[in-house]
Amino acid sequence: MAGTVPVQREGRFGALPAWLWKAVKLVLTVAVTFLGLLLVTFLIGRVVPVDPVLAVVGDRASQSVYDRAFIELGLDKPIYEQFWIYLQKILSGDLGTSFLTKKPIIEDIARVFPATLELATVAILIGTLVGVPVGVMSAVKQGSLFDQVVRVVGLIGYSAPIFWLGLLGLLVFYAQLGWVSGPGRIDIAYEYSVTQVTGLLLIDTAMQGQWDAFLNVVSHIMLPATLLGYYSMAYISRMTRSFMLTELAQEYVVTARVKGVAEWRIIWVHALRNAAVPLVTVIALSYAGLLEGSVLTETVFAWPGLGVYLTNSLQNADMSAVLGGTLVIGVIFVGLNLLSDLLYTLLDPRVRRRT
Amino acid sequence: MKAMSQDWLLTDQPASRRQARLGQAWRTWLALRANRLAMVGLGIVVLLVLVALFAPLLAPYDPLRGGDLRTERLLAPSWAHWMGTDDQARDILSRIIHGSRLTLLVVALVAVIATPIGLAVGTTAGYFGGWVDVVLMRITDIFLAFPRLILALAFVAALGPGIENAIIAIAITSWPPYARLARAETLTIREADHINAIRLQGASSLRILWGHVTPLCLSSVIVRVTLDMAGIILTAAGLGFLGLGAQPPQPEWGAMIASGRRFIIDFWWVATMPGIAIFVVSLGFNLLGDGLRDVLDPKGVK
Repeated sequence: MAGTVPVQREGRFGALPAWLWKAVKLVLTVAVTFLGLLLVTFLIGRVVPVDPVLAVVGDRASQSVYDRAFIELGLDKPIYEQFWIYLQKILSGDLGTSFLTKKPIIEDIARVFPATLELATVAILIGTLVGVPVGVMSAVKQGSLFDQVVRVVGLIGYSAPIFWLGLLGLLVFYAQLGWVSGPGRIDIAYEYSVTQVTGLLLIDTAMQGQWDAFLNVVSHIMLPATLLGYYSMAYISRMTRSFMLTELAQEYVVTARVKGVAEWRIIWVHALRNAAVPLVTVIALSYAGLLEGSVLTETVFAWPGLGVYLTNSLQNADMSAVLGGTLVIGVIFVGLNLLSDLLYTLLDPRVRRRT
Repeated sequence: MKAMSQDWLLTDQPASRRQARLGQAWRTWLALRANRLAMVGLGIVVLLVLVALFAPLLAPYDPLRGGDLRTERLLAPSWAHWMGTDDQARDILSRIIHGSRLTLLVVALVAVIATPIGLAVGTTAGYFGGWVDVVLMRITDIFLAFPRLILALAFVAALGPGIENAIIAIAITSWPPYARLARAETLTIREADHINAIRLQGASSLRILWGHVTPLCLSSVIVRVTLDMAGIILTAAGLGFLGLGAQPPQPEWGAMIASGRRFIIDFWWVATMPGIAIFVVSLGFNLLGDGLRDVLDPKGVK
């Protein structure tokens, strides 16, 4: 995880206050990580066996067309110069043009991203709202039947392929029972009646007061979000359980009991508040993990987000779109990791004092 | 006789190195055997290996060539076809049995490629420290900065689809956690007295790293690799599902789910059966990994 370099050499630069030194170090770490991300996508795009020129001009191009494209792509320059050009382009927000949609990749991603964001956010809400209480309960009733059942349910989550569960979910809850709507974000009937403001359909429909469209969106998002939420729930509840077990063994819990504080208050107020600090980082991390799960889930549910964009580009050998999407996901991933580190420092006074 | 060999194994005064090692292995085994869930996991893994070994003998039909396309397509599970047939009139059970070879191949090769890389990077970084450590760990962090499946996707997209490339891509994305773990272990080992003693005897860094540090890191890394195997299987299946892993007509489980996806509503078994296979096998690795962690890695006990 980026940015977890503890500062042990305080006062090495005597003039610099510790917090500034820390900030500089953090910025440097993040910068190096981003540079590394760019280097990885650059290398995947350039040094791989696939000829990047052929990908642009097609394999029937004449030699002169090929040569021109070769020079246009800057492939005649030394590799470090190519990387420098790539770097400048990316930093100015240019991820290249998609060969499939003929549009700038950054625009494509901006268009599909809200769908993924909405799905992941609803999923993490489900995962947290279910996972935390479940984790607390299984810590309190450690070894009970409830605890065992939770463990098994979590284990199933770790072992079952998400795309398979998604297909089974569609089969049972959509085709057989008809409880939810099928693939896609919204029925075609509503597709043009909703004006996209934020791109998050739940918010857009609610703001425009189109409640039947809102319910339609809800019935579409229910199944994929629950499925993704299940995976993060498995992780969140397991971590909550182990954090709570640590907290409940602390002396302040005994003190509170001796003072006669109600048991529910000890668990849900005293212990959970302390367990919440590491939990915030766990939730941020599993939010990042949802990006990964969303690629497969979106494919199964024909959810027009970043994951489907990525797999479509893959299947059409649209390499710059694939790398653009990979880079964006990498940046979000690093950002969330960083955020979770920062939150940890912010929320835990012990860490704050130590570093 | 049995009691005698037990005594020989469990003696607290082993006469030879081999006896001490075997005794240690036996104790681990006894501890593992007491964990019922871990034994279930081990059973599943052993079963997977056996099925993969004897696939041609076990499979009732040819996994690649189907039956009569007019009469034997998409048959529901029955006595003749326990798991039904797919859209090419192929017996799904036979395909799953042969597919176990691909699954085992992926897991084994990824472990064989990624573990040494992780160990080498991690122990080197931890042992030398300083700028070597900084550079190697930065590289590790960069690889960790991508979600695993996404990075594997990008690699396979560049290398071209196929099971070999999928294996390479998964291996490239698997080593960073092992490197971090090996580094952390090395940091505690390198200050140990016996390492200092070896250093004073004039052993080269390479010899210390390879002969004395790596073996001590091995058990925790192996536990981690076992725990990861379910994830490797799921990633491989995901790549197969997206059409980037093994190519048709190979009976890769993820690809089989993808091909059954189009008619999941009418012919549920085509996509469901391979999913059950993936689920059972990764559950097996998860259970075994959990058990091994409890036995071998006292720090990891929750």
